[in-house]
Amino acid sequence: MRPRILDDPPSTSSADTAPAAIELRGLTRHFGERTALQDVTIAVPTGATLAVLGRNGAGKSTLLRILATLLRPHAGEVTVLGEPLPRRGFAVRGRLGLLGHDPLLYRDLSGRENLRYHARLHGVSPDRVEELIVAVGMERRADEAVRLLSRGMTQRLAVCRAVLHQPELLLLDEPRAHLDPAAAVLAEPLIGAGAGVTRVLTSHDPRSALAEADLVLGLIDGRVAFAGSPQGFGDAELRELYG
Amino acid sequence: MASSKQSTTYGRGLRGLATATVASIGLALALVFFYAPLDADQGFVQKIFYIHVPLATVSLCGFVFGGVLAIGYLRTGEKRWDLRSYVAIHMALIFGVGGLITGSIWAKASWGHWWVWNEPTLVSFLIVLLLFATYQPLRFAIEDPERQARYASVFAVVAGAFVPLNFIAVRLAQQYVHPRVLTLGGGNLPGSMRLTFSIALVGIALLYVTLWKYEMAAKNARMQIRALRRALLGDDAVSPLRRSAAPS
Amino acid sequence: MRTVATIVRKDLLLELRTLETVPTMGLFAIATFVIFHFGFNRPSIQGQLAAGVLTVTLLFAGMLGVNRLFVAEREQGGFDGFLLAPVDRTAMFVAKAASLLVFLIVLEVIAVPAFALLLLQPSVGRSLPGLVAVLALADVALAVIGTLVSAIAVQTRARDLIGPLLGLPLLIPALLATARAAGPLLAVHGSSAPPGKWMAILALYDLVFALLAYALFDYLLED
Repeated sequence: MRPRILDDPPSTSSADTAPAAIELRGLTRHFGERTALQDVTIAVPTGATLAVLGRNGAGKSTLLRILATLLRPHAGEVTVLGEPLPRRGFAVRGRLGLLGHDPLLYRDLSGRENLRYHARLHGVSPDRVEELIVAVGMERRADEAVRLLSRGMTQRLAVCRAVLHQPELLLLDEPRAHLDPAAAVLAEPLIGAGAGVTRVLTSHDPRSALAEADLVLGLIDGRVAFAGSPQGFGDAELRELYG
Repeated sequence: MASSKQSTTYGRGLRGLATATVASIGLALALVFFYAPLDADQGFVQKIFYIHVPLATVSLCGFVFGGVLAIGYLRTGEKRWDLRSYVAIHMALIFGVGGLITGSIWAKASWGHWWVWNEPTLVSFLIVLLLFATYQPLRFAIEDPERQARYASVFAVVAGAFVPLNFIAVRLAQQYVHPRVLTLGGGNLPGSMRLTFSIALVGIALLYVTLWKYEMAAKNARMQIRALRRALLGDDAVSPLRRSAAPS
Repeated sequence: MRTVATIVRKDLLLELRTLETVPTMGLFAIATFVIFHFGFNRPSIQGQLAAGVLTVTLLFAGMLGVNRLFVAEREQGGFDGFLLAPVDRTAMFVAKAASLLVFLIVLEVIAVPAFALLLLQPSVGRSLPGLVAVLALADVALAVIGTLVSAIAVQTRARDLIGPLLGLPLLIPALLATARAAGPLLAVHGSSAPPGKWMAILALYDLVFALLAYALFDYLLED
């Protein structure tokens, strides 16, 4: 099944020739009586980077979890990598990588054991694990239990975990939150713009997120406050979102 | 949210049903006291049988019914199935406690003990009741309403299947074959007793259905009012839901 | 199948690293035998009483393992990590039931000799094959129900309380059958083969609930 091209892609002024990696129409999600996302509509072309901005609780993480097939949408259409969710979630799993607040690593296993476990689940060869451990500079500490590592070291392993299976779509929730500058440089080819895959990212630092984004989605209380190119997103919009 | 779309009116036919319930229970009571013969061994107290056995039977059927409705929730994901299952189990629990108390009274009167372990039906019933008594605490321990509905449904299906299996196991466990004067099927009941028993069973079953529909109507109306208030007056007009074992 | 093996391997590795569950279960069982000894005020027991003590002790010790079964998945993101992988979700159920089964077998390797040493009057040697068969069927029941109940309980508040609350009544028929099947094996002049009726009930119980749990488990992973 090939990704469909939107007839009239909403708010994709740039790169509207590429097929959409993500298409949302009227996405809505509740938690009990609270509405976490309301009527979110946007399309992200393949290869583009979408920055999701908004205050804590605006619905950023909920959106990422829905795209990752971990939460089911309550209303609206969600198409990820050409597959409608949640119906064809199994066809999308394994093609996306999620890097969230939680590293998703067992604290009592070593980094290498954790990565090998995930490699087996994804059907990836153990060589890829070794390659990634070297890429993030964790060779010397890969056999220590994760609970003994600093938050930054853990985050490096989490980056490896997220890109282990060479996903076509990266969902990054504040990916650099705990990385020191040196580690951020190491992680750049894996999760940065250079990775060459479609990315959805949130950041505590909106300006740096804007710098690497092709598209911006601003959320206030789960509703779309801004959707468009970063060129149209100025200080006024920033104040509206965070003000 | 979704409840506003529910157009099912559980109140429909409630009046006729209630009338039929009152009539059949009235008739059953009249038969119990004026028609059914006194039991040769146990005398007057045996007449509690006409209340106790129907209560217990309807309660067990209610538990299984709740499990079947829960399958509906798991298949569709629609909240109303969870509500139906919840009310079915909730009502069956109330009937079940009634059945246990009347059974205990009967045991005291005819065997001299409030509780006897060698009556397999009674023991199985206690185990089933113990299991379903955990249904409400389980629901109460899960805050997210969707997860609550899903987990409660899984529990209801498992527990519904547990009911018959448990009866088989406990019945086989009894070494002493107790003289079973009155079996559930009424195989060796005299005709007049059997008639009285059948009408009492119908009466209690109708009572269960009436109460189920009544609670469904009440819960549904409350949800619709809440949804309307939200729609008309805004989110602030409704107080936030308290944590509850009931579906909301 | 490969996924199941992967998860079981990970669970056993985690248990080896932390030694949190199985040693606790074993010590708990031995302490319980000591308490029974003083509670009964007898040097030894036999027959149905012995079978009851053994069954109840193994059940309660097993419950400790049940409570811990999904804690790492819940608290350290194991559920999410698993759900992101392109694998059959039911593999999680099979794998966890298998891990719990392994824990229970290790528990019994510790607890049954301790029981024979501390409490049991007749020598266990003659009826050992029969006892192993009974306990194997009982372990399957405990593993299946325990996995289901643990997956429910781990997502609730007060999960340590909800697990036993749901698990104990559900397991009553299996326990009853286990105790009755083991009774004659532990009697002084008892038989060496367990009664077929109770073995059949245990097997039926295992089959029904294994199929049910297998069919329903996916609903417990969804979010």
